[in-house]
Amino acid sequence: MEEKLLSVRNLVARYGDEVILDNISLDVFKGEILVILGGSGCGKSTLLRHMVGLSAPSSGSVYIDGADITICDTKTLHNILKGIGILFQNSALLSSMTVGENIALPITEYSGLDKCSVDILINLKLCSVELEGYEDYLPSQLSGGMKKRAGLARALALNPKLLFLDEPTAGLDPIISSEIDDLILQINEKFGTTIVIVTHDLDTIFTVAKRIIMLDKKTKSIIAEGNPKYLKDYSPDPLVRQFFNRNLKTETAWLQ
Amino acid sequence: MKKPEQFKSKSYDISEDKQGNITVRFHGKMDVQSSAAIIDQLLSEIDSLSPLSFTADLDDISHFDDFGLLVLIELKKALKKKKCVLSLTDNSSKAKNIHILESDFERSASIVKRKRLQRLIEQVGESALEVVYNFRVFASFLGSVILSFCHIFRHPMSLRINDTILCMEKTGVNALPIIALISFLLGLVIAFMSSLQLEQFGANLYIASLVSIAMVSELGPIMTAIVVAGRSGSAFAAEIGSMKISEEIDALFVMGFDPTIFLAVPRILASIIVVPLLTLFSDIFAIAGGLVVGVFILDLTTSSYLTQTIKVLNLFEVCWGISKSIVFAIIISWVGCLKGFQTKGGADAVGNAATSAVVSSIFLIILFDSMFAVGRSYWR
Repeated sequence: MEEKLLSVRNLVARYGDEVILDNISLDVFKGEILVILGGSGCGKSTLLRHMVGLSAPSSGSVYIDGADITICDTKTLHNILKGIGILFQNSALLSSMTVGENIALPITEYSGLDKCSVDILINLKLCSVELEGYEDYLPSQLSGGMKKRAGLARALALNPKLLFLDEPTAGLDPIISSEIDDLILQINEKFGTTIVIVTHDLDTIFTVAKRIIMLDKKTKSIIAEGNPKYLKDYSPDPLVRQFFNRNLKTETAWLQ
Repeated sequence: MKKPEQFKSKSYDISEDKQGNITVRFHGKMDVQSSAAIIDQLLSEIDSLSPLSFTADLDDISHFDDFGLLVLIELKKALKKKKCVLSLTDNSSKAKNIHILESDFERSASIVKRKRLQRLIEQVGESALEVVYNFRVFASFLGSVILSFCHIFRHPMSLRINDTILCMEKTGVNALPIIALISFLLGLVIAFMSSLQLEQFGANLYIASLVSIAMVSELGPIMTAIVVAGRSGSAFAAEIGSMKISEEIDALFVMGFDPTIFLAVPRILASIIVVPLLTLFSDIFAIAGGLVVGVFILDLTTSSYLTQTIKVLNLFEVCWGISKSIVFAIIISWVGCLKGFQTKGGADAVGNAATSAVVSSIFLIILFDSMFAVGRSYWR
């Protein structure tokens, strides 16, 4: 049995009275790349926010390393979060700091290294996302793809064992998107980092995903789980096949 | 900086053979938590040694990432000073990515060196260019505002009347309570403080003249302008600044709107209308404040206080104060909009724009006020 790094159990999430996620349970296993996907507005990002403790669920629990982050105290949560890296949708780099300072922030806080060593590490981190030489740039001086890379470098600053990526390729051109996909695979391979990606970019899904979990807006729950290449052709649910094959809603009806 | 205490125990062994070849054998984890301690201990131990050759043995490590690589880089740097070369043994290939990473590092190190030299010269040049650029923006915005007003006079329908009314409400109506309160208290304080002196000469009645002249021609316009600069000038800068960084202004431009007519003209026009009105209210409340002191502390009658006030206040004084407040209104709104349009960068730039708008407008208000005072002394 593979080791579980994160488990979600019977999670219910609401915004006001509206239920966004209804009774979701899932596991993330050590070393895998899991993609959470679904149409727009199906609650992918909401699920991600709950998995890292940014939002509190109305019921259910989220276990990371065996600790329930929905009920544990702030100190425990803080310690758990140190082992987690997150790349937000719009990178969320602190705009008043340079790229280097953004990456140095968690490193100086938690490693106890001196400034000279931290500078070397910043270089290493920037090299690993192919952004070397940009440490003195402000986030506002970077392009979309570069911001994602810088955000990724910051998320990787402490070499987390669990990495969350929220739409890592949204708004990027196919070439940069595929470079980011390669980067994700490299990180997973080199450091053995477990990666959870939220996306609906089909190319990313087919390139990097070892396992996918598909959410549905209507049922507000998981409608498919497994290997994307298999599900594309053999899923019993027509909606899942439509998603992977980019078909129109009514597969053939409009032709007849 | 906190140093993790629990890693004081060694995570490496150093051995030296007879020829002076040193081998350091790492074991356990080389990660974020242990690296700082390893670097500290190892470098201080090496300090006292003079090795012939130096080998780092990585066979026993259980975890190796770029923090581990950092240890090796620091080790290599320290050995370089002793003219000794670091060689690696990595049979378990735990650190198999290290060679790729290290070549990456050497590549980036050369970039850093070159950049540090360039940076100083670049910064000097950049700030010089920034001054020129700011002056150009300053001049072009001034021109653009004047042209927009000319356009509005010829085509009054192109004025965004709803926006203007909304701005008047925000800048004027919402500011009335605070301006009334401040002016009332100011009138109270002026009357009270001057009464301490004037009472000695039996000149209590002249407190009415003092309060009304001081407030109507000088303090009323200034106080109002400073409050409006703090409330609305900063708001203009922040609002337009955040629109600028989120590309909303570019969107307006592409849709065929002139951003100056769309954003700046309603704000400037609204300020020109409401700031003089606020100044009038400020004058009235200050005189009321003086009246309270006059009636309750100095035993003047309400009618004698008001008669004295009306006697000293002529139309010239009132118009003087009002015309000053119109100039202040133009300064506040113009500077606020200019700083907003100049905003570049991220969230901090918006904050800077707001701060800079308030500071510049207050400075310009005082500067123009002194120019008015000098002008008046020549005029009369």
